[in-house]
Amino acid sequence: MNLIDQTFARLKQEGRTALIPFVTVGDPDFETSLDIIKRLEQSGADMIELGVPYSDPLADGPVIQRASERALRSSITLADCIRMAERAREEGVRIPLILFTYFNPVLQFGLEQFFELIVSKGISGLIIPDLPIEEDEEVRAMSEAANIHLIPLVAPTSKDRVRRISKKARGFVYCVSSLGVTGVRSDFHSDIDQFLTTVREATDLPIGVGFGISSREQVERFERVCDAVIVGSAIVRQIEEAVPLLEEPATREQGLAAIGRFVAGLKG
Amino acid sequence: MIQVPDASGRFGKFGGRYVPETLMNALLELEEAYIHYSKDPDFQAEVKELLHKYSGRPTSLYYAKRLSEQLGGAKVYLKREDLNHTGAHKINNTIGQGVLAKRMGKTKIIAETGAGQHGVASATIAALLGLECKVFMGEEDMKRQQLNVFRMNLLGSEVVPVTSGTRTLKDACNETLRYWVSHVNDTYYILGSVTGPHPYPMMVRDFQRIIGDEARGQILNEEGRLPDYVVAAVGGGSNAMGIFYPFVQDDGVKLLGVEAAGRGVETDEHAATMTKGRHGVFQGSLSYVLQDQHGQVQPAHSISAGLDYPGIGPEHAYLKDSGRAEYVPITDAEALDALQLLSRTEGIIPALESAHAIAQTIKLAPTLSKDQIVVVSLSGRGDKDVEAIMGYLGGQKHESH
Repeated sequence: MNLIDQTFARLKQEGRTALIPFVTVGDPDFETSLDIIKRLEQSGADMIELGVPYSDPLADGPVIQRASERALRSSITLADCIRMAERAREEGVRIPLILFTYFNPVLQFGLEQFFELIVSKGISGLIIPDLPIEEDEEVRAMSEAANIHLIPLVAPTSKDRVRRISKKARGFVYCVSSLGVTGVRSDFHSDIDQFLTTVREATDLPIGVGFGISSREQVERFERVCDAVIVGSAIVRQIEEAVPLLEEPATREQGLAAIGRFVAGLKG
Repeated sequence: MIQVPDASGRFGKFGGRYVPETLMNALLELEEAYIHYSKDPDFQAEVKELLHKYSGRPTSLYYAKRLSEQLGGAKVYLKREDLNHTGAHKINNTIGQGVLAKRMGKTKIIAETGAGQHGVASATIAALLGLECKVFMGEEDMKRQQLNVFRMNLLGSEVVPVTSGTRTLKDACNETLRYWVSHVNDTYYILGSVTGPHPYPMMVRDFQRIIGDEARGQILNEEGRLPDYVVAAVGGGSNAMGIFYPFVQDDGVKLLGVEAAGRGVETDEHAATMTKGRHGVFQGSLSYVLQDQHGQVQPAHSISAGLDYPGIGPEHAYLKDSGRAEYVPITDAEALDALQLLSRTEGIIPALESAHAIAQTIKLAPTLSKDQIVVVSLSGRGDKDVEAIMGYLGGQKHESH
């Protein structure tokens, strides 16, 4: 059984919602990123999204764009991101890891080589934001064969596509909270609850909500209606602010603690 | 060759729709609306009328006699897209998409721009049709093309500076797409080239094919036969696709795309996507992309802001890989020389983009016989570049006193 399914089953018994933080792998460098991932688990993360840095992140706002730029300055590659999952496992991280990557790095790596490499490296799920169902057939078949969940995104604009997308979903259905790119926002699409209900009715899988969620209040609001809440830019911004602390050995722990406190605070 | 694209927007293996889910329904709606209106005589008549009465089409196919004589080979004809309203072929597409946006009930349009020609053409059509318009332009390009920025403002459009990434066309495209994701409900995106997700490569080609349709008729009328070569500059590739497309079935006509080699294809500073790029997914479609071994898109360089782009339309990739068209690089220096030669022999100052096509013609024509014919797409005029050219040519600006 895929680790994502096991985790959702356990959380359901406990009556809890999953908190899924997102980090860009290698932001600001490989070893710091590894420490951050370990700290996220210790601070209550139920799963982690590992973002692969990319030169042209179309679905991302400025915060995650800057994180990508920092990681790319550290020459982080897709292979490094997979190695990160492996290292995290070696260092005792037990929660499910989900790789979030734009399609081109995977395509250039070679689809077969990619799936050969990620099997048994501790990656349980895959999100490719620029691969809509019309284009994902090959990747979906290979994910299935590798027992890696290809987690699709649905948006408030998806309308009649929600059913078709949900039918092909594995792991959970990732609901985009509002129109736009990733980034902190104070308000959500006015029809968000109706949208989430539509998705809920279209699938038996857990549903997660992400894009723009940044505070305990917002997490709480969505905990009531979702099985998972994904927090990206708000955490990446914490990391960005902590970079000066993280880069100095003397203050490194202080930086990690600040990130940990933020995540624990979201959890409530 | 078979009819492309297919129903899923594929030109052979190229093309497709690699975009966030948020945009998918907007693209499907656009495709549906485009297919509907492309068969609607009323829509077609409105577009045709504007192309004729507003932009001044048909543009002439001009025999460049002095240039041909100087090159001492083939007869060179120039398809004078520079004579269009706003000074380039870009208006063919913005008229088509502007009218489409209006028919679809959209009141706001957005556009990306590199050299500023597509931005100006979009701002123009927005003014004409009473639409609200925002143009996204890289900060770097805004410096290079200040006059076009001012033109867009005069036309009542807002120019949004793009400060992410390379601050040129590539990132202007990213920002326009990001903005569209946030405002997809009431905003129409007028994409300026044969790039991006389906249906844009098909639709922009269809709006630009008037260049080739006219040129084909004009050369048959003038010479009683088809040309041996059709030459056009390619960045994203819209003027090239527009002039190539009506000739694709004419096996005897060689199609030559000219891309920007910048400071040389052996350097890191070029925009030679076909010569140095590989297959990849970039900004919504599978095509050739300038990228490193890990699939990170590399910044492009060209003296011409309009060719300064690391991608190319998927139909060009299809024409290249099927062998139907050939793509060759021209450096900044070669383009500057060509610009000066055309200015002095014909009294036509071409846009830096078009100067790349002229530079290739300068290489090609002397290798051909006097009874052979080359048709070149003179995609735009050089007014917008005069200040930049003055900078590049340095002290030479004083020599012509």
